Amino acid sequence: MSRGLRSLPPTVVWIAGIVALWLTDRYLAPEVNPYLMRILILSGINIVLAVSLNLINGHTGQFSLGHAGFMAVGGYSAAAFSVYAGPALGDSLATASFVLALLVGAGVAAVSGFLIGIPTLRLRGDYLAIATLGFGEIIRVLILNLDSLGGARGFTNIPSHTNLFWVYLAVAGCVAFHANLIASRHGRALLAIRDDETAAEAMGVPTTRYKVGSFVIGAAFAGLAGGLFGHYLMYLHTNSFTFMKSFEIVIMVVLGGMGSISGSIGAAITLTILPEALRGVREYRMVIYSLLLIVLMILRPQGIFGTRELPDLLRSWRRRSA
Amino acid sequence: MQEFLQQIVNGVSWGGIYALIALGYTMVYGILRLINFAHGDVFMVGAYLGFYAVHWFGLGRASGSAGSFLALFAFAMIGCALLGVVIERSVYKPVRRHSRLNALITAIGVSLLLENGAILLFGPDPKFFPQVIESRPMRIVSGVVVTNHQLLVLIASCLLMVGLQAIIHRTKTGRAMRAVSFNRDAASLMGINVDRIIIFTFAIGSALAAAAAVLVGLTNPKIEPLMGLLPGLKAFVAAVLGGIGSIPGAMIGGLLMGIAETLVAGYVSSTLRDAIAFALLIVILLVKPTGLMGRAGDEKV
Amino acid sequence: MKRVAVLSACFALSLVSCGEQVSEIRIGEYGSMTGSRATFGTSTHRGILMAVDEVNAVGGIEGVPLRLISEDDQGRPEEAATAVNKLISQDRVVCVLGEVASSASLAAAPIAQKAGVPLITPASTNERVTQTGDYIFRVCYIDPFQGQVMARFAANSLRLTRAAILRDLRNDYSIGLAEVFKSTFSSLGGEIASDQSYQEGDTDFRAFLTTILATEPQAIFVPGYYTEVGLIARQARDLGFTGPLLGGDGWASPSLIGIGGPALEGCYFGNHYATDDPSPLVQDFITRYRDQYRETPDSFAALGYDAARLLIHALKKIQREDAKTFEALQGSEDPDDETRAQAMARLRDAIAEVRDFPGVTGSISIDENRNAVKPIVVLQIKDADLRLVERIAP
Repeated sequence: MSRGLRSLPPTVVWIAGIVALWLTDRYLAPEVNPYLMRILILSGINIVLAVSLNLINGHTGQFSLGHAGFMAVGGYSAAAFSVYAGPALGDSLATASFVLALLVGAGVAAVSGFLIGIPTLRLRGDYLAIATLGFGEIIRVLILNLDSLGGARGFTNIPSHTNLFWVYLAVAGCVAFHANLIASRHGRALLAIRDDETAAEAMGVPTTRYKVGSFVIGAAFAGLAGGLFGHYLMYLHTNSFTFMKSFEIVIMVVLGGMGSISGSIGAAITLTILPEALRGVREYRMVIYSLLLIVLMILRPQGIFGTRELPDLLRSWRRRSA
Repeated sequence: MQEFLQQIVNGVSWGGIYALIALGYTMVYGILRLINFAHGDVFMVGAYLGFYAVHWFGLGRASGSAGSFLALFAFAMIGCALLGVVIERSVYKPVRRHSRLNALITAIGVSLLLENGAILLFGPDPKFFPQVIESRPMRIVSGVVVTNHQLLVLIASCLLMVGLQAIIHRTKTGRAMRAVSFNRDAASLMGINVDRIIIFTFAIGSALAAAAAVLVGLTNPKIEPLMGLLPGLKAFVAAVLGGIGSIPGAMIGGLLMGIAETLVAGYVSSTLRDAIAFALLIVILLVKPTGLMGRAGDEKV
Repeated sequence: MKRVAVLSACFALSLVSCGEQVSEIRIGEYGSMTGSRATFGTSTHRGILMAVDEVNAVGGIEGVPLRLISEDDQGRPEEAATAVNKLISQDRVVCVLGEVASSASLAAAPIAQKAGVPLITPASTNERVTQTGDYIFRVCYIDPFQGQVMARFAANSLRLTRAAILRDLRNDYSIGLAEVFKSTFSSLGGEIASDQSYQEGDTDFRAFLTTILATEPQAIFVPGYYTEVGLIARQARDLGFTGPLLGGDGWASPSLIGIGGPALEGCYFGNHYATDDPSPLVQDFITRYRDQYRETPDSFAALGYDAARLLIHALKKIQREDAKTFEALQGSEDPDDETRAQAMARLRDAIAEVRDFPGVTGSISIDENRNAVKPIVVLQIKDADLRLVERIAP
């Protein structure tokens, strides 16, 4: 009697959810304060970024500091598609064009994830971190030099397609994908690599394939987030994709707990709201941020959720109060 | 040819600076296996300390003596040494028992704190280091110019590096440092106070960064809170290039870094100037991760 | 967890905006108050504030005070967009002023355009900013004009035939100026000996300068920002270059001479106003600014002042001619959305109609592209001070 949602077949839940989301976006969203809407959308984009980085950093144990690079690749690719190929599809297919653009963005980002994953898979820990940081910067510099992508001027006139519906559809897809992935035997392989790569290798896990795979998937979702970002801001500039941005995503993952999807979600929302809430003390904003980070690392390095997920926590609470 | 030589001269000067900063990175990494992200920002603090030393105490002014000049360096170096030690004691030590990843993130946090704290304290706009020494260009070979500034940087960094080598190889503390970087547990079993060695390492590394900062301030007068970011990163690459954990390696890496960067900027493209640092890093990590002079470490299963 | 809850509560409360009916007109401002271009943002802010305070000192516009709400965008484009979004939706401003950096303006303009709120940029010189839409205006000249003027000055007034360019690749303003200079100078018979680039934030330019000097130019056009320009000048002198450096309004900062020192003697740059302009309007502005801030105002302060005063001029016009619209522009509560939207459209029109407005930075007329038509002053750095050399009209 208390099985609730779980008793319905997943397809039904999904369809109901999508319809509800679409209705919310159509009827409720216009009533909402645009500033709040902005925060909701940016939160959603950050959730996708954090969850995808968590796959690489938290679940596979590879320390990537270049996630902003993947976001940039995806964002610019999607924007380029919309601006250069989009008009050919015409107005009636605008939505299809948008979806295609997002897919292009995710695809190109995935390829870049592959290209970067291959050489870096040999590196461990700190070196991997710096190498990914380096790649992130190289990507940024390359984009800066491409005049067709706007160069130093920035990429303007990107059509505005992103709204609550698309962002949270992406969020739902991303979270569901990652949750399922982790629960599967592939997920267990990733966790094995994280815990002890040499042992996993010895047990016959094809570590190379999995490590590169996690980069590719993580990059793909980051690219998706980038595409959504570009079509929301309607303008892209490489200044938005510096290593500061990579750090911000890393901080989200660490705060939530590396290895916890729910943690990443919670942290992404918190860290999207926090800078806005701190606007009043804006000179101290970054100082407070960095202090929080240091204190967190000293006192609770596993982040808020650690490696646990929200459903597990709820279950254990329910059991305790039973 | 003349242009090429001039570029080399330009590059060597920066090489000395990178070498000085790289030494701090390499020593700390050798001992703690920690990439001290905040090191570049300690460099920045050194520049500001030097700036205020000149402004408040008039140290180093042309009218003063060599002593006043040395006092300027001493002020910055001691200040940064203290800062480095404080950071180590209050932040790095507590996270030492956690994973290296956490330590890295903590280092990032300290870096952000220093940068934004500096923005708060000193203001975000760049300040200019007073020109304590007049820049005097001198011709060495036809058309190739060296300024007295560049010579100063070269000589000062050489002196400091020689001094460091002396400490490392001729003092008991130096020997202890080498022991700890080789095998921390064994060293502590041999009766070495590892904590004290760590403090000493941080102090020296930070002091060297401060010296580099004052030299930079004297020659490239613009200082601002974010000035340590890029030099810090490039110095780190230099350290890796030379072999992280190896002191002569850091020196050679620094020089190579400076020259490579200048040549790329002059002959290829300026946007690639910063990218070259990262490209070099990735190439080195893939081809010879232990660097030019590093030793291959065994990976324990 | 608890921290998150508390923060969420605070945030939620702040969103339930206080809906008191206050009789005031709200103006928004966004700028880089932090970062390497902080003097631009701070100066502009001071200029705007001075204009607003002036009006409020006499009780506002017919008794209705102006309220200035400022937001920092840290020099990042997406922050600029968020800041403007907040100003429009949260703070319900009737007009937005800002920014200096074109990349920030380009990110923020679409938001203002979409919301139907007029935006006036005091100093973004990139053409595309006003091309965003009919609610976007500027009170300064545009890059193509600047580049042309400096090229003409170099070729005609200085009679130079061989120049090199050292541009900032990270900065579209710099690239734009360089390109226009290049084509204009060439069309006037000049030769571009070398064209190198650096990146904003660099501190060592010797590599590029060495390459440039090997081609023996008579002058170097450096259309960058003051922080790099000062260093470039010093290093160029170190390497033996004795010719003049030329530049655009990115040089305009009180810190320029401090950074560049004697290396800048004899160099020229185009600017929005000159401190030795004898006009009483300019001198009065300088005196009052100096009294308050103990510094000579730079062109961004002057532009900020003019932008705000132009807006106030437009508001006063509406107050005189259309009391109902003026009423609709007040307060934080919208009488109703339709009325407010119309009121802001009327404000937009009032701004677009401005002709020969006497500004500190020259007589401002808004043309059909919503850009300001005004002359450029070419300044020379002599004896560690700025001297007006020539005023060039479009």
